[in-house]
Amino acid sequence: MIEFDPPKPILQQQYVLKTVAENMMRPVSRYFDEHEHEIPYDYIQFMHQAMRATGAGSLAPSEEKKPEGEKEKRPPIGYQMLAHMLEMLAWGDVGMYLVTPGGGLGAAAVQAAGTPEQRQKFLARFAGEKPTFAAMCMTEPHAGSDTAAIRTTAVLDPQTNEWVINGQKIFVTAGDKSLTPREEFGKGFIVVWATIDPGAGRAGMRAFVVEMGTPGVKVVKLEKKMGIRASDTAAIVLDNVRVPFDHILGSPTVEKETEKGFKRAMLTFDATRPLVAATGVGVARAALEFLKEKLAENGIQIRYGLPRQKLTNIEREVIDMEIMLRSAWLMVIKAVWMADNRMPNALASSISKVKAGDVVTRITQRAVELLGPLGYSREYLLEKWFRDAKITDIYEGTGQINRLIVARQILGYTGAELR
Amino acid sequence: MYAFEPSEEQKMLIDAINRYAANDLRAAAHEAEESGELPPKLIEKGWELGVLQASIPEAYGGFGERSAVTGVLAAEEMAWGDLAGAMAVFTPHLFALPILLTGSEAQKQEYLPAIVEGEWRPYTAAMIEPFFDFDPQALRTTAEERDGGYVLNGIKIWVPFAAQAPAMIVYASLNGQTQGFIVPAGTAGLEISSEREKLMGLNALPFYRLTLKDVFIPKTQRLGEEAGHAMEPILAAQWVAQAAMAVGVARAAFEYSRDYAKEREAFGVKIAQKQAIAFMLAEMATEIEAIRLLNWEAAWKIDTGKEDAWQQAYLAAVGAMDMAMMVTDRAVQILGGHGYIRDHPVELWMRNGRGFAMFTGLMMV
Repeated sequence: MIEFDPPKPILQQQYVLKTVAENMMRPVSRYFDEHEHEIPYDYIQFMHQAMRATGAGSLAPSEEKKPEGEKEKRPPIGYQMLAHMLEMLAWGDVGMYLVTPGGGLGAAAVQAAGTPEQRQKFLARFAGEKPTFAAMCMTEPHAGSDTAAIRTTAVLDPQTNEWVINGQKIFVTAGDKSLTPREEFGKGFIVVWATIDPGAGRAGMRAFVVEMGTPGVKVVKLEKKMGIRASDTAAIVLDNVRVPFDHILGSPTVEKETEKGFKRAMLTFDATRPLVAATGVGVARAALEFLKEKLAENGIQIRYGLPRQKLTNIEREVIDMEIMLRSAWLMVIKAVWMADNRMPNALASSISKVKAGDVVTRITQRAVELLGPLGYSREYLLEKWFRDAKITDIYEGTGQINRLIVARQILGYTGAELR
Repeated sequence: MYAFEPSEEQKMLIDAINRYAANDLRAAAHEAEESGELPPKLIEKGWELGVLQASIPEAYGGFGERSAVTGVLAAEEMAWGDLAGAMAVFTPHLFALPILLTGSEAQKQEYLPAIVEGEWRPYTAAMIEPFFDFDPQALRTTAEERDGGYVLNGIKIWVPFAAQAPAMIVYASLNGQTQGFIVPAGTAGLEISSEREKLMGLNALPFYRLTLKDVFIPKTQRLGEEAGHAMEPILAAQWVAQAAMAVGVARAAFEYSRDYAKEREAFGVKIAQKQAIAFMLAEMATEIEAIRLLNWEAAWKIDTGKEDAWQQAYLAAVGAMDMAMMVTDRAVQILGGHGYIRDHPVELWMRNGRGFAMFTGLMMV
């Protein structure tokens, strides 16, 4: 079947989330944009309690599995719910959405690459009393998109059976909240990508869970950014950090031929790319709605159904934006629908990110221009959305990296065949 | 629920159309374009796949129910084979679907069984007019109420198969509203050009120019009879068909240039191994998928009676124009000089690709 009805639970969820976006996010958007590195505790507490109560959006393992007989026959919609949730929260404020507790990319990595025991051990905390954060540490000062070039090392100490990690990580979203102890927050962790065999390239790459309070790991800098300023972006140094043996995600031995470890890591991105794309769509929708509202206030109605030759430039722009926005959203929905139905979605996932990255930058940039001085003024949030939007085309794989992945998929090429 | 997989029945139809599109339409496309003729047997074979017949209820001689979703799936696949051939096979849609969607009971009884129970016959429609700002909702062809009927005056261009058509729907402005009028062949005052129209593409399709001079139409021949009809369902059906065929043509161009890029060598590697080419292909695939999904949703909105169906159908058609131009242009670019030579089909697809901006009214599902 081909159908486009959002499932009922999603509609109910969206109704609630819209209220959150309108009342908890938008009114303080400007404040946290202008007070970088202040923490929106009210929003964090509220979301934590709400998510605890409903179980929404959290990767924490669910209590007891229902006995076989009682299992509901309904198709799974977890990722679809998450995509809708992220879109709406990003519509509210994408910087604040990024400080939503629940583990973020760190938890997603454990979920994707961890054993059932590891999931229990590391993910249960997100359902605890205090809001808790986790973060993913991949990028290093000299290695961004080229993730296989990272230099952080993990060496097994046979004496203590501990991994000893050394290196430097940057651009860690929520790194500070995950690592720096605060009374308001629970004990978080970071997932650090390191090599267990520097000569092995991708095959040697593994992820390690490093918990808050582990000696030797610390945040050395909080970046000052163009946008998404409510979200902390940390630089982290790991100096002889020792973690227990079972903190490695995936196999502890290097399988040179298969690159399994690396591919596992990339699996995380297949799952999360459409979610990041969803946040881009949320920002783009906010900008387009604002643009249309301002145009309507000025007596400009968009006429649909006309040949392009008869449209004004503004109508043409708005109509093009609507085409871009809706199609980008449908690509996100298709990618998460595939994930929910356990279909391989590497192509759908990356293609949705390519599209959303293009669309959100185009729409916010055009909207600022079309509203002239109003667009550029900090009196309105549009200029902030323009700044917030750009990150969508950079993090979680730049537009160019995702194009590369899409190209390899459609051409049937390996990384070696298409570099 | 969301779902992105055609039903089993739809898959079977797509498979059948795909075989026809690949083995018949695509195989004949070059020769048809060069000679200006589509073999009648080719059209008949496409007609026998039964896309229209399956859209018409049993009460009117068909064997199904109209589904815009099935329609766009079929149209994409058909146009992937060859646009001119697909438009020829679907020409009777231009007459039958407006009657099915907005006609009176008597009109349905009179025309639908005759169309769907027989062999392919070019029942057609006249929509486009020779003005740069042609707009289906602001036509220069007029209909005036007179003597218990309507009198039509104006000029219509690009009317497919007009010279062979047993009857056609002519769209005209009645008090500022676009309305359809059923005009049988040989009606007094209806003049069909003796020469075929010449376009940048679609040479295989016989298009004609109509001149309407005081053409009298009885009230029973107005679409929907005296009450007339809404234009939205007709426009929506045209727009989703346009978008679907644009997706089909673009997909053909994308696949051909992708395969070429994997064969062609330059500087010691396949050109597809160069990011300059690979990224073009990635973007082509992205835009095709974007418009396909937008159009699927528009079609689904038509089928489920959503109020904004026509609006999204419009968005899909507008988006499809840009997408088809971009994709077909890049397909030619990837083949370089070879793409410009008519031995390869990409230049034909590029000419078709430009046409989608002006094809409103020439296709319907």
